Amino acid sequence: MSIQLDFPAVLERWPSFLGGAVLTLELAALATVLGALLGTLAAVGRGTHSALIATACRIYVEAIRNTPLLVQIFLVYFGLASLGLKFSAFTVAVAALTINVGAYTAEIMRAGFEAIPRGQIEAAEGLALSRVQIYWHIILLPAVERVYPALTSQFVLLMLASSVCSQISAEELTAIANYIQSDTYRAFETYIIVAVLYVVLSLVMRAGFWGLGLVLFPRRRRLGTPL
Amino acid sequence: MQQNAFSSEPIVSLRDVQKSFGPLKVLDGVSFAVDRGEVLAIIGRSGSGKSTALRCIDRFEKVDGGEIVVCGHRVDRPDVNLRALRQDVGIVFQSYNLFPHLTIEQNIALAPCAVKKMATGQAKELARKVLAQVGLEEKLHAYPEQLSGGQQQRAAIARSLAMQPKVMLFDEVTSALDPELTGEVLKVIEQLAADGMTMVMVTHEMGFAKSIADRIVFMHRGKVHETGPASILTSPTTPELIQFVGTGNLKS
Repeated sequence: MSIQLDFPAVLERWPSFLGGAVLTLELAALATVLGALLGTLAAVGRGTHSALIATACRIYVEAIRNTPLLVQIFLVYFGLASLGLKFSAFTVAVAALTINVGAYTAEIMRAGFEAIPRGQIEAAEGLALSRVQIYWHIILLPAVERVYPALTSQFVLLMLASSVCSQISAEELTAIANYIQSDTYRAFETYIIVAVLYVVLSLVMRAGFWGLGLVLFPRRRRLGTPL
Repeated sequence: MQQNAFSSEPIVSLRDVQKSFGPLKVLDGVSFAVDRGEVLAIIGRSGSGKSTALRCIDRFEKVDGGEIVVCGHRVDRPDVNLRALRQDVGIVFQSYNLFPHLTIEQNIALAPCAVKKMATGQAKELARKVLAQVGLEEKLHAYPEQLSGGQQQRAAIARSLAMQPKVMLFDEVTSALDPELTGEVLKVIEQLAADGMTMVMVTHEMGFAKSIADRIVFMHRGKVHETGPASILTSPTTPELIQFVGTGNLKS
């Protein structure tokens, strides 16, 4: 048995591949920023004294973590459509991915919040800082620093998982690959190229998070020690 | 030190304070008062309730009964303005509790900027000033983990001072330090006392309490057993204090 690979036939479509890769990156970047925000708020919400807010956040997190991403995407896609709301596939994809990664972010951030020693909060309270100021100045960054590897892995995972958005015809990398392979009948070559492109995207994201870490955690940059 | 003629009100006063953790009664009718410029030391065995009494002053513990007035704030009432109270009261903890992700300068400047809305430049100037007061001006840009325990505790005192509190609370601030480092922290507290700062300290350093405190409160099982000038340590009257100073606690 021999495999005959014909990459040139597929590679002449490289502008399409590139467009798909860029769209995947945009999708991931948007969902990462919005999901980090949503997840952090949900983590704060789970720690509030209001039972209503805490329960709502808990239901959100558990509902998302116990259902498949593809089903969530369809729910958003058809849900909005049945409400008579028309959005582009890209918008729906961003919304669904944000909701999805927000739930995982909430769990990771909650672990980060819980790792803040009680004494830190008492010291801040003793200095008359308000609840919001304590979260902003004392809790948030040290919490993020502690869970940063878990958090960034989750966001890279989200970028990879965004390939299922091909199911609602968002023109991201996997959807583009599906078109190209059905056009050229060179499925194996197409998906090898796509796999390599996903690896490149992952490396780009990891490099980005590494750089962001240098900006966010000046203490670690200077001393090189964990918190 | 004598209280000022124009203010007869004590800065801190506790009257018949009650506090339980579950079935355990930790404060059982505690009363004492601290006048302006006075240094009060609370002593007693571990578990006598002395730390809890101190924490009640800054409302880190809610009391079950009795009355606490601190700088005019009714601390025992549920509607007390916590942030106003804590601008008047500085507290220093046994475990320093500096913010590890911030430099010493940022640790000190944070509350003046965030709470008092001080301009950044002015807050940095203030940080330099209070740090010089505790002899650490060269550590302005260091992170807490780069400092020794004694230096961290002095930085924590400077952080409290930057808020210009009317009274400072010290909760066993040298208990985590070895004797050598204890000395440098006690020297800072001594200087504060000489400058006229009103202070309440829970301490195990009997020699220090004796030399610095205007008044000593001895607590045992949630009750104040003896109150008076430092001389009560050399001539105790209650059997509990006689036993306490007799068991080697009094070394200077």
